[in-house]
Amino acid sequence: MKSGKTRRERVITDEVAGYITRVEELSYEVKVQDVMTRDVKVATPDMRMVEVLELFREFRISGAPVASKGELVGIISIEDLIRALRGGDMAAPVSEYMSSSVITVKAFHPVVEALKVFTQTRVGRLPVVDEFGKLVGIITKGDITRGLLRALQSTYQEEELRRYRASHLFDDIVSDRTSLILRYTVKARDFVRGGRASSSIKRALLRLGAHPQIARRCGIAVYEAEMNLIIHTTNGGTIRVEIEPHQIYMEAVDDGPGIENVDLAMQPGYSTAPEEIRELGFGAGMGLRNIQRCVDELSLESTPGVGTRLKMHIYLSEGREQLRERGDEIKSMTRQEMKQRSSRDDSSGDH
Amino acid sequence: MLLMRLLELIKLIDGEVLTEDVEMDSEVDGGCGADLMSDVLASVQPGAILLTGLCNPQVVRTAQMADVTAIVFVRGKQPPEETIALANQEGVPLISTPYGMFEACGRLYQAGLPSSEMPMSEKP
Ligand SMILES: Nc1ncnc2c1ncn2[C@@H]1O[C@H](COP(=O)(O)OP(=O)(O)OP(=O)(O)O)[C@@H](O)[C@H]1O
Ligand SMILES: [Mg+2]
Repeated sequence: MKSGKTRRERVITDEVAGYITRVEELSYEVKVQDVMTRDVKVATPDMRMVEVLELFREFRISGAPVASKGELVGIISIEDLIRALRGGDMAAPVSEYMSSSVITVKAFHPVVEALKVFTQTRVGRLPVVDEFGKLVGIITKGDITRGLLRALQSTYQEEELRRYRASHLFDDIVSDRTSLILRYTVKARDFVRGGRASSSIKRALLRLGAHPQIARRCGIAVYEAEMNLIIHTTNGGTIRVEIEPHQIYMEAVDDGPGIENVDLAMQPGYSTAPEEIRELGFGAGMGLRNIQRCVDELSLESTPGVGTRLKMHIYLSEGREQLRERGDEIKSMTRQEMKQRSSRDDSSGDH
Repeated sequence: MLLMRLLELIKLIDGEVLTEDVEMDSEVDGGCGADLMSDVLASVQPGAILLTGLCNPQVVRTAQMADVTAIVFVRGKQPPEETIALANQEGVPLISTPYGMFEACGRLYQAGLPSSEMPMSEKP
């Protein structure tokens, strides 16, 4: 199915997009002191350039802050060293080659502050100072990347774990038949909260690890049923969803007014919704038809003056294709057959 | 197929963003124009934007069920506070365009945004 493919691609895109924003978020959460290098190699102003070369070589670094008696006075980089080398001036003191206007970042600031400085100034490293201006570390773009990746990895694992726990809920509980039941009470004419039940159900299914397309089909079906309870019933009704490893069963029940002609109600375009409801965008007479398209099996039982019961099944197990075929069979039944079936169901004593 | 992001889409229809924290980078897979909720649920494919003249909170719920990326209110309509509040809560971006339904859809279609309206014969 076309939409199925689009959906799968989208999920990936969404996730990727999700992590990109997560990185942005993290750059506000993670502090400079969390990712900086604490063991700073420091040069002094009176050190000779040749000693700086040794320092860089020994610790495989390409720059160092210059401090005098704990006071930050400058920064010296490999570029400065190259200038000294070119001029054959390696005996000169650091103070002659260092840049003395030093940009620093505060240890307690979020890394996004350091990132801003990096993009604005093109410096390769930033000395980190504490609240008193004392040198406490050094930070490079590499430190930030590594730190963010680490943070991302751990939040990713937490999320994975949560998702894993939810989706293995059924595996962890041993019983002969495990099911999760969600119940919602829907008030008549409560348009403000309309859709609350279906939206919670859809979310629950996604958390439980249902395929997004299954969640979508359930969401649409329950939403149409929920809106019918709000629009067409006297006292509202209840929605009950029973989730099992192999199927999802959804049911919307109300106590009136009931449907005079179920076949007619099932027909696309048939609606008894009044004008003010149509103005809200309902009453196309497509709701029941939509439900039928979303579920594998549907049954609508109604007795005027007593109430309506709408039952919907979506099958999840391997036997699914088979069951789907069965569902299609039911859907392609003639109206006559449907009528027979629904009257049979009626007399089975559900209502 | 050409890839359209929310930011470009908003520019194309001179849109105004009505909700907070909108991901301007979100990809839009296609468009759907409808004023009837059941029509939206029956026809829209996931990842579409929904152009509509309806402004009540139900539009947000409908969009959520149909996996709609964003809602565009045509003809400069400003939805009521409840709609915006629900959209913020559920993370559904709302956009308002001064253009009418025909022109708004036309502009997007012309710019290469395909239709996300699937035939009734297809299952959601
Ligand atoms: N629970 C119910 N109780 C009483 N009548 C109902 C109930 N559900 C549906 N109906 C009747 O069946 C008709 C068709 O329902 P359906 O959901 O297909 O369309 P609609 O609700 O009128 O419009 P739409 O769903 O497109 O907004 C309704 O107009 C109403 O007369
Ligand atoms: Mg309906």
